[in-house]
Parts: sequence; C-alpha cells; structure tokens
Amino acid sequence: MNRGERLLIYAVLAIAVAFAVAPVVGIILVALQAHASVGGSITSVTDLTLDNLGRAWTVGAFGSSLGSSAIVALLAVPATTALSVLAGYGIGGLRFRYSGAVLALFVFALMIPIEDGLLPLYYIWRAFGLTDSYAAIVVTEIGYQLPFGVFWMAAAFRTLPRELVDAARVDGATSWRTLVSVGAPVVLPAIVTLAALNFMWIWNDFLMPLIMISSEALRTAPLSISFFQGQYLTDITLMAAACVIVAFPVVTAYAFLQRRFIAGATLGAVKE
Amino acid sequence: MRLSGLEGVVYVLPALAFLALVLLVPLGMTAGLSLTSWDGLGPIKWVGLSNYTALISDPIVVTAMGNAVVMTVFTLAIPIVIGLATAIVLSRITRRLRTLWRTLLFLPAVIAPVVVAVGWRLVYEPTTGLLNSLLRALGLSSLAKPWLGDFSLALPATGIVATWMEYGLVMVLFLAGIQRISPELFDAAKVDGAGIAGEVRHVTIPGLRYELLVAIVVTLIDSFRNFALIFNLTRGGPGNATVVPVLEVYRRGILHGRVGSASAIGITISVVLVLLVLGVLWFARRRDADEGSA
Repeated sequence: MNRGERLLIYAVLAIAVAFAVAPVVGIILVALQAHASVGGSITSVTDLTLDNLGRAWTVGAFGSSLGSSAIVALLAVPATTALSVLAGYGIGGLRFRYSGAVLALFVFALMIPIEDGLLPLYYIWRAFGLTDSYAAIVVTEIGYQLPFGVFWMAAAFRTLPRELVDAARVDGATSWRTLVSVGAPVVLPAIVTLAALNFMWIWNDFLMPLIMISSEALRTAPLSISFFQGQYLTDITLMAAACVIVAFPVVTAYAFLQRRFIAGATLGAVKE
Repeated sequence: MRLSGLEGVVYVLPALAFLALVLLVPLGMTAGLSLTSWDGLGPIKWVGLSNYTALISDPIVVTAMGNAVVMTVFTLAIPIVIGLATAIVLSRITRRLRTLWRTLLFLPAVIAPVVVAVGWRLVYEPTTGLLNSLLRALGLSSLAKPWLGDFSLALPATGIVATWMEYGLVMVLFLAGIQRISPELFDAAKVDGAGIAGEVRHVTIPGLRYELLVAIVVTLIDSFRNFALIFNLTRGGPGNATVVPVLEVYRRGILHGRVGSASAIGITISVVLVLLVLGVLWFARRRDADEGSA
C-alpha cells in the first residue's frame, strides 16, 4: 500500500465512523447537559449530569413501560427460541418427507411484510376480547420471530455431523434425548445468537404493540417514547434522555454480545 | 439424508401452529378483506377488485409508491455503496482496530427504530437541533434549514436516517465475505501490479457475489419496513411529502376505517416485494449459469 492509498483508507473510515457515531454521541451529550435550558443544545462537554435521565424517568413513567417491555421479552424470547430450536431440529436435524417444503413456508413468511396480516390479526384478538393484553403481544411476537428462528436453527442443525446423531440413536436414545444431550449442546452458539436477536427485535418492535395496546399501563418502552415525544418535543434534553433510557437495555446486551449480534445479522458468516 | 417418518413433524407442529395463527391466516384474511369495503365494524360487503383499480388513480397511493422508490435508493443503493467501501477499508487494517470499528459501525442497526427517529428529530430540529447548531457554529448559517418541515428536503432527510440505520448491516455482511476470499487471489493481484482499484474490481467484488445478493434482498425488504421510522420522524409530512405505503396502510386501516383499501395496499406491497425478491434471485441464478457455461 502506498501513502496515497493509506490516506484514502483512513479518510473513508473516518467519515463512515463519524456518520455512524456522531448522532449517538450528540444525543448522549445533550441528555447529560447540566444546565438544561428548554432549548438544550450542547453547551458543555465537561459539566455533565444524570439529572435529565431522572427527570425523564419520572415524567415519562419509563419505570412502568420498561417493566412492560421486560415482561413481554421474558415470556416471548425463551418461548420463540425454544419453538425455533424444536422446529429447526425437526427440519434440519431429523428431516422428514416435505421438510423442505415446510422450511420454504417459513422462508416465504420471512419475505412478506408482517404488517400485512396485522389488521385482521387485530380483529381476531378483538373477537376474543384479548387486544390490550400481554397475551396478545407475547403470542404475536412469538409468531413474528419464528420465520427467522426456524430458518436459522434449521441451518444450524443441518451442519450437525450425522455420525453424532446416528451414534446416539444406535445407543438407543430417543430423538428427544438426542436433541437434549447431543444436538442442542453442539449448536449452543447458534441458540445464544438467536436469543440475542429475538430479544433485540422484540424489545424494539413498535407497530404491533401500537395497534394492540391502548391502556397506558401496558405500553412497552418504544410506545411510551413515541407518546412522550408527542407531549415534550420542545424539551430537547428530556427527549434525548428518554432516547438513552429506551435504547440502554439492547445497547448493553450488544456491548456484551456484539459478536453474536453481528454473526446473526450476517447469517452466521462471521468467523472472527 | 435420512427420513425419520413422522417423528420430525411433531417437533415442527408447535411452530407451524403459531405461524398459521399469527401470519398465514391473517395474511389470507387480508387478501379476502382487500375485496371488500369493510369499515372495521359494520357488515362486510364484497366489491370485487375495485379497491385495487382505485389505487391506480389514488394520488396519495401514487405519492407513497414514488416515495417508496426514493426510500429504496436510500435504504438499498446508498448503503450498499457505503457498506462496500467501508468493508474494503476495514479489511485492510489490523484485526484489533477492525473489531472495534465494526462494533461502532454496526451500532445504529441495534437501536430501536423509534429511538432512532426521535433522536434524529433532535438532530434535525430547526432552531436548537444538533445539525443546525453545528452549521451555525461553523459559520454556515445559510445552510441551516428546517430539514423535516421543508417539502423538498423532508424525504431526502428521512432517507439519510434510513441509510444511517442500514449501512452498518451491509458493511458487516461484506466484511465477512471479504474475509472468506482466498488470500492467494489478493496476492496474485498484487503480483500482477494491480492497485487497490484493480484488486477491488477483479478480486473483491467478484468474490462478494453471494453477499451482494443477500444484501440486496435484505435491504429491499427493509425499504418497505419503515413504519416506526416514518411514523415517529414525520408522520408522513409535511403534507404527504414522506408518506410511504406501510404508513398509508396504518392510516386507512386503523385511523380512517378503510380496511378494504388498506388491505389492498398491503397485498399490493407484498406481491411487488415477493416479485422483486424472486426477480433478483432469478437474475443472480441466470448470471451464474451464464458464467458457468462461458
């Protein structure tokens, strides 16, 4: 590499990273401004405080909405991950006649905008009197995450060495025993990746809860920041603090599991 | 391959039940409702294909489709160009730095779209927003604009946010692909005296064909899945300057009780999307076949 090429490389990199990071850093700095005027641009980068976060937490009742999001995630993430592992094992591990066609059905569902079925789904839940309930959100989220989950786990189980499965079966293990003692441990990294992605997608989902939920007590965090914005848009420091609060759980998970997140996004292509 | 009879089916049934209940049955119902003039409450009346024929001359739908094309440029084309450039750059620096930069560049992709939208509103806010404050501080006050309030600026300003959310994902895809290309190919290019440009043209891009295909399909689908972004950034405004199909489905179906028309838009988007994705896959396969026989 000559000097010109090296310079070009670092220039491209600097611009790309600045574009990605500057808005994030800007919002965090605004959220931490000490002397919060309602206008609230960045007046200092050294005199910082957590006051706005506390203020936004109280005013926006984020304790309640983060709680709702946590309940939904705690119920939906393990359920959708478990169902994906089972179906992925059936399709990619055991295999059966037409398992290819069943997989194609999940891949098809991955392609269509899920919003398409949302209106009738709302009316279905309404007919059962279950709109505006955790049940509606949790069951719907499980269904929405399954197309990717089944696709992902089927691919993972397909890479399982056949000898491993066959050896277990020769020893007289049932298919369930084989899954628990041989299959699942081997594909554990793929399961962790899937759980991390499911957590992110479920936590971040907006349109479905917007349509299903009407009572304030059940609002998830993304819903509450959207309603909060309608009321306090002019208070920039408060809004920035709200952004930090709602983004915090997923960004924290990302900080610890970034390799898993990226592996999932690249469909397992990352080996580094 | 071994066929275990019905045993595997048992493992798939629970997932299939959820898929049917939450996605497939409602999708079928949407197709049915698109042939009615249902308002969400009253009796259901069949109107044949009239919802579809009405879409063609519906000015809001035409605007929304045009905006969708613009959003595809910002969600697909631009991220692929930036993502490719940054992936090439990242593949040429030390491994430790690469992991750090990759983590930072991918960060926008994990933040909730609603938070992204609210955050970017604070960036674009006309009087005290970060962008205009920065421009004024640099003595460029004349460039400070009401970004999201201006009829001609709102759509590109929204598009830039879509680019921001998408290019990190494309970058990690390409980076993983570049790392799979055999180092000998790069060495051979060097021996031949190809500079960076030559290497990129003759080794990197041909080696990324599969990743390019995945990137196109994923960003194409994302180009139509931007409800949370548009709803929280502009609500489709000013006027209908940033209205997109999925926002119009929500407005008609939920707010205005025009379930039939909303369903027709939804089905149209899905058909267009599935056809586009199949078209991309078909084109890729045909090119592969052509080169295989050449």
